[in-house]
Amino acid sequence: MATRLDLSKRTLHRMTATCTLARTPLYDWHVAHGGRMVDFAGWSMPVQYGSIVEEHQATRRAVGMFDVSHMGRLEFFGPDAMAFLDQVVTRRVTDMQPGQVRYGLVCNEQGGILDDVLVYRLSSDSTQTDWPSFMMVVNASNREKIVQWLDKQQSGYAVDFKDVTTSTAMIAVQGPKAIELVKPLLDFDITAMRYYRCAFGSLGDEPGWISRTGYTGEDGIEWIGGADAAERVWSKVMSRAKACGGSAAGLGARDTLRLEAAMPLYGHELNEEITPIEAGLDFAVSLKDRDFIGRGALLAAKGNTKQPVRVGLQLEGRRVAREHSRILQGDDDVGYVTSGTFSPTFERPIAMAYVRPSVAAIGTRLAADIRGTAAAATVVPLPFYDRGKTT
Amino acid sequence: MKPENLLFASSHEWVALSEENGQKVATVGISAFAVEALTDLVFIELPQVGRQVEAGQSFCEVESVKAVSDIYAPVTGEVVAVNTELPDHLEILSSDAYGKGWIAKIKVTDDSSLAKLLDYSAYKKQCEDEA
Repeated sequence: MATRLDLSKRTLHRMTATCTLARTPLYDWHVAHGGRMVDFAGWSMPVQYGSIVEEHQATRRAVGMFDVSHMGRLEFFGPDAMAFLDQVVTRRVTDMQPGQVRYGLVCNEQGGILDDVLVYRLSSDSTQTDWPSFMMVVNASNREKIVQWLDKQQSGYAVDFKDVTTSTAMIAVQGPKAIELVKPLLDFDITAMRYYRCAFGSLGDEPGWISRTGYTGEDGIEWIGGADAAERVWSKVMSRAKACGGSAAGLGARDTLRLEAAMPLYGHELNEEITPIEAGLDFAVSLKDRDFIGRGALLAAKGNTKQPVRVGLQLEGRRVAREHSRILQGDDDVGYVTSGTFSPTFERPIAMAYVRPSVAAIGTRLAADIRGTAAAATVVPLPFYDRGKTT
Repeated sequence: MKPENLLFASSHEWVALSEENGQKVATVGISAFAVEALTDLVFIELPQVGRQVEAGQSFCEVESVKAVSDIYAPVTGEVVAVNTELPDHLEILSSDAYGKGWIAKIKVTDDSSLAKLLDYSAYKKQCEDEA
């Protein structure tokens, strides 16, 4: 079996983990609780503790806890912080109110996606040197690239930013029971907080930014606070989570959950050759009455009816069409898979793919080439999983 | 079947040797260690009966939520039977990897292909080293 290779690779990961891989403040907890540690963007992260399917189901039915401290966290200071972010993010930043969180893209001049990010407006006062007015959460795999990009774009703006990734931690609590579970541990009323809002508060007596955000398709929160407090927060929330059928969940479940929710993942659905328009992320591009890096290219892309379209596919049988599988219509190669898995919720293979617009209509019958065998595939609406509809 | 009575390929397949009509037949499966490492199995592709296989050659595959893995023929010979119960009951692999979880029977045509197989204690040591 190829497992031999996988397993030896894991041994290798563990060995390199001791010398070169970065560790989150929860690394020891993961190892002590059976986390299978793998290299993810230079971080030693748990891909699973036991079964990915069980961790996935715990999140859909009760609550899943995720260590997402590997995500990059940047704080912004100075009077031009807002103007600067408005220039580098595809979505309008200038109308954000303190306490608002917004999903957006950072694009290059050609409209290619450098990263997908969350922008947090933390305060209306941008003159404080010890309290940021904005924060940006970026992908671990793009953190260095984005820091360099921001450095390059910074001249002319009275703005300063600080990479606080390693001095902070980030924990996601996700699932239908997440809100009632964290409610008694918070020093403010979380039920009054709307989706994509944030506030400074404390979770289990540990101060930090708490936002109603996530990457699973479930309701929930994310806490960003001091690295030294991470294990205390984690343990307090975990003991409550366990009592209601919850579980720690690794990157494996995080991937199956976000895929069912059709959330794009950088390096799969998104890269520098793909524009937000192709990716179907028009909602995160504000073209009107503002300028930003990549605007001209995105304006042109908007009128292009020939570019590939991101679609959802449901496959017959049980074999999974994985990344790079070709999509066929008869003998014609019409596209490729960017992410595919066996959906624990629907118990069948699902995939996201880029296909020619002529075959992108819902219900179109296609095939996925899985290592030389064609598997029937149908274009279905995204997201596959919508908690509003399913529950 | 007790693993102590089986032979193992370093690529995590097990072999139970028997004699049928004077022919060596290898019943083949994947080890409990491999099943545990793979987790969340969703699909197995059985080999074709009648297929000639060579030791070390991929002859079928097993898929988990996370990834697809090749299963390598641990011996050289001809596939004479496959476990048709398995594809619809992958849970058997977890509950009885060394018994009802058998995958195929291979009529051994080259005895020298048996020489590389490990006994259980050697295989167990390999797994401990890998874990």
